[in-house]
Amino acid sequence: MAETIVEVKKVVKSFKKSAKQELLVLDDVDFTMREGEIVALLGKSGSGKSTLLRIIAGLIHPSYGDVNYRGEPVTEPANGIAMVFQNFALMPWLTVLQNVELGLEAIGIPRDERRQRALKAIDIIGMDGFESAYPKELSGGMRQRVGFARALVVEPDILLMDEPFSALDVLTADNLKSDLLDLWQQKKTRINAILLVTHNIEEAVEIADRILIFRSDPGRIRAELTVDIPHPRSDQDPRYRELVDQIYTLMTTSPDRPERLLAAGGKPREIGLGYRLPDVDISVLTGLVEEMADPEYAQRIDLPELSEELSLDVDDLLALTEILEILRFANISKGDIELTPAGRRFASADILQRKKIFAAHLIRYVPLARNIRRVLNERPSHRASEERFLGELEDYLSEEEAERVLKVVIDWGRYAEVFAYDYNTGILSLDNPE
Amino acid sequence: MSIGQNNIYAEQKMSLTPNRWDIVALIVVLGVIGAFIWSGRQMAAPYNIGQPLPISLDPRYLPSYSVRTVSRMLIGLFFSLLFTFIFGTWAAKSKQAEKFIIPLVDISQSVPVLAFQAISVVPFIMLFRGSLLGPECAAIFAIFTAQAWNMMLGFYQTVKTVPAELKEAADMFHLSAWQRFWRIEVPFSMPSLLWNTMMSMSASWFFVVATEAISVNNQTINLPGIGSYIALAIQQSNLQAVMYAIITMLIVIILYDQILFRPLVKWSEKFKAEEVESDNESFSLVVTILQRTRFIAYCGMIIGIISDLFVNSFTWLSKASSKRAVISKTVSKYVVWLWNTLLFGVCLATVFYLLQFILTAVNFHEIEHVFVLGLITAARVLILILLCSLIWVPVGVWIGMRPRAAQLAAPFVQFVAAFPANLLFPLVVILILRFHLNVQIWTTPLMILGAQWYILFNVIAGASALPKDLYHAANNFNVRGWLWWRRFVLPGIFPFYITGAITAAGGAWNASIVAEVVHWGHTTLRATGLGAYISEYTRLGDFHRIALGVGVMCLFVIALNRILWRPLYNLAEKRFGVL
Repeated sequence: MAETIVEVKKVVKSFKKSAKQELLVLDDVDFTMREGEIVALLGKSGSGKSTLLRIIAGLIHPSYGDVNYRGEPVTEPANGIAMVFQNFALMPWLTVLQNVELGLEAIGIPRDERRQRALKAIDIIGMDGFESAYPKELSGGMRQRVGFARALVVEPDILLMDEPFSALDVLTADNLKSDLLDLWQQKKTRINAILLVTHNIEEAVEIADRILIFRSDPGRIRAELTVDIPHPRSDQDPRYRELVDQIYTLMTTSPDRPERLLAAGGKPREIGLGYRLPDVDISVLTGLVEEMADPEYAQRIDLPELSEELSLDVDDLLALTEILEILRFANISKGDIELTPAGRRFASADILQRKKIFAAHLIRYVPLARNIRRVLNERPSHRASEERFLGELEDYLSEEEAERVLKVVIDWGRYAEVFAYDYNTGILSLDNPE
Repeated sequence: MSIGQNNIYAEQKMSLTPNRWDIVALIVVLGVIGAFIWSGRQMAAPYNIGQPLPISLDPRYLPSYSVRTVSRMLIGLFFSLLFTFIFGTWAAKSKQAEKFIIPLVDISQSVPVLAFQAISVVPFIMLFRGSLLGPECAAIFAIFTAQAWNMMLGFYQTVKTVPAELKEAADMFHLSAWQRFWRIEVPFSMPSLLWNTMMSMSASWFFVVATEAISVNNQTINLPGIGSYIALAIQQSNLQAVMYAIITMLIVIILYDQILFRPLVKWSEKFKAEEVESDNESFSLVVTILQRTRFIAYCGMIIGIISDLFVNSFTWLSKASSKRAVISKTVSKYVVWLWNTLLFGVCLATVFYLLQFILTAVNFHEIEHVFVLGLITAARVLILILLCSLIWVPVGVWIGMRPRAAQLAAPFVQFVAAFPANLLFPLVVILILRFHLNVQIWTTPLMILGAQWYILFNVIAGASALPKDLYHAANNFNVRGWLWWRRFVLPGIFPFYITGAITAAGGAWNASIVAEVVHWGHTTLRATGLGAYISEYTRLGDFHRIALGVGVMCLFVIALNRILWRPLYNLAEKRFGVL
């Protein structure tokens, strides 16, 4: 077995949200990275995978547990670990060459040697001719190439990548991915392992040798899959498709709600008051339900297929399907989704009827909305400040998250005309808007 | 390997033979250096208090006077930068330091420049006995206090907003604190720092007359400079000399704008952390000349290598940050608690000491009186802001909506803003005397002469930032007249306008000290107000009453900020900040 490079042992990370409460972001995470492999950390946004990456990088300290790099505990950014950032993190005031030189400057390499090495790295990554350009002159894809050159030039042992392709368009991202895989396979660099954080299932299957699937709330490793499809991997390959399906299934079922219950037609998803409702726009939700009700689709729709058909980001699609399930507009099992009778009624209704159906389901299945409506009904003035509900939510969530969740519910409630909201005063009421 | 490498090394091999642009550049550079060396020698000349320093109204002396005045300003600027870098960074990096630096600077900002001078004169003169350096330092210190605060606050704010990813990148690539400062924090804040520096330079022109006349032991030392020249011209009611001074200042402002600020603005454009290239780049004659020189360009490369060494030395600073995490949480909590208590104690002691100091000489009745004076000046400031808004908002909107006009107006407005408005005071005095106008009312506009431009600036910026789509939509729905202002333009420019109004109000408070008492020859016009009170007792050197006046002014400025400006600013950000 290849030598272990990074060892993560029982790592827990919590952030303080108030004097007494702590928000658990990572819970008991264990894994190892060995020489010669590319590992992908796959999970929904907010699942703590980026936090884990930063803990390995030494940028954040874990609350408990240890991270070892080549046997040494990581307490600060270690030599030998380089990182590529989601939004490139290039200094806009430095030229391409100066940006690439930056890491060498920091470790005190003399000027001439620095320049030689930087030019070589720029050459390898295919940015020759742009040495004197400023980042603002470059396209996103070229900027990320500079980001790679900057990481490669310090000859890292291990390369960490934080969603490096997610800010790029599909074609650019594909191009960069294949160049990166070429560099890796032809051993043009001294990198011994790559850790990739992504929320894109196909990306993980395409690049990684091993995929760790993260579940959220709190973040922990849910499953580990080995990919032994030889490169270059084609998305037409049945093994590829099967793996993608398997991951979809893993990501759409929560471990607290075992698969068999649903398959047996058992009790569907119940949520509590402090549930972290995903950010979903009503018009996108409506659009999706309409699309799914289209006769061209079968009753049960394959999620990867739907994602591709609508060119929806996996992250967005999963948020949408989650909320459809909560509202009982759809059922999900084994990576397939199916509209319920209520969902079909919602799809075929007109604007006003849709609001009524939505309102009924919202009050019935989303405790927070039900609670707001109940409070407003009970009060003689039929008015309440948003602070009141925020306070309640903050028993379960961080302040920021509580605000986000309340905003989502207020949005839905206003659409469904379950209650009204005044932006300037922050008052929720049963009034009709003037 | 590549063409790229050849390009980079090409500059090293270029010819060292000077071309004709070199000669122009060299003359300018040598001239500037020579002038400052001369000025420096003059500053350190021997001097004893009581010895008269002759000032002549002969315009032939004006060039040398202006060199000395500008030297003082640039020295003040140097120290302001040093102060900015040290304290701005410290406040941005340390929560504990932030707690006392920021309020302290906030208060200092509302303390009038003259008060600082009054306090610092004696220590400086004691420090440099028998040399002109003492009074010079006092003057420079006063200039420094007119420049430093907004530079430091601006720098602090931008350093705090350095994007998290850049900070992480710096961590990942092991940049030392020193490298991080020069490679990330300074470049990131460069555009705003430069802008604030230009503002500070204008602000210090405003106080040039006041700072060069130093009162100590009931005598006035007039340091040679444009300020003293103007003071003498006013004292002798010599209108012609005032005109000479105005023209000289115009030339000086144009010169340092061209030699110093234009090139810096041009250079700072690369620091704008913007995603896309903007198409209106500024133009600088000096930069164009420098780019065409050979020898000077070679010097530039040498400077590049030196600055490289400068940034990359001091590596011992690098590991300082990581050790701090070792201190356990309980200990650090205890330290923070101790620190807060200490700060609170120091504040309490200061207030107590100050009150005691004031009360030894002043009774409650006078304190009450000073508060009334404060109210009068506050009313003046607010009315002025209102009147100025009525004039400049429509003008600014008109200009801002027309890109051509905005382009033409920008350098002009910048220039009038840099022009010290107090030079026009004598003209106002003459008018008041001539037409027997009410002093209480007609000296008031003087307070806003310098500060009004902030409103115009910001309104132009706001109006040109209004999305074209909204403009077309308003047209399309036939939104016109008052409705057009009420529903489209005014809400659209509100955040910009508020920023301008806050700055203008701050400027007006500070200017009240110079504007409520104006002289022309033997005539002195005195309006009732807090500014007049402070300026009167500064002249008499009554520290108890200066402290009282300044304290009350600080209270007023801070109270108005809290009660009026801060809520308006928050409203602007929250409700109208969508654009």
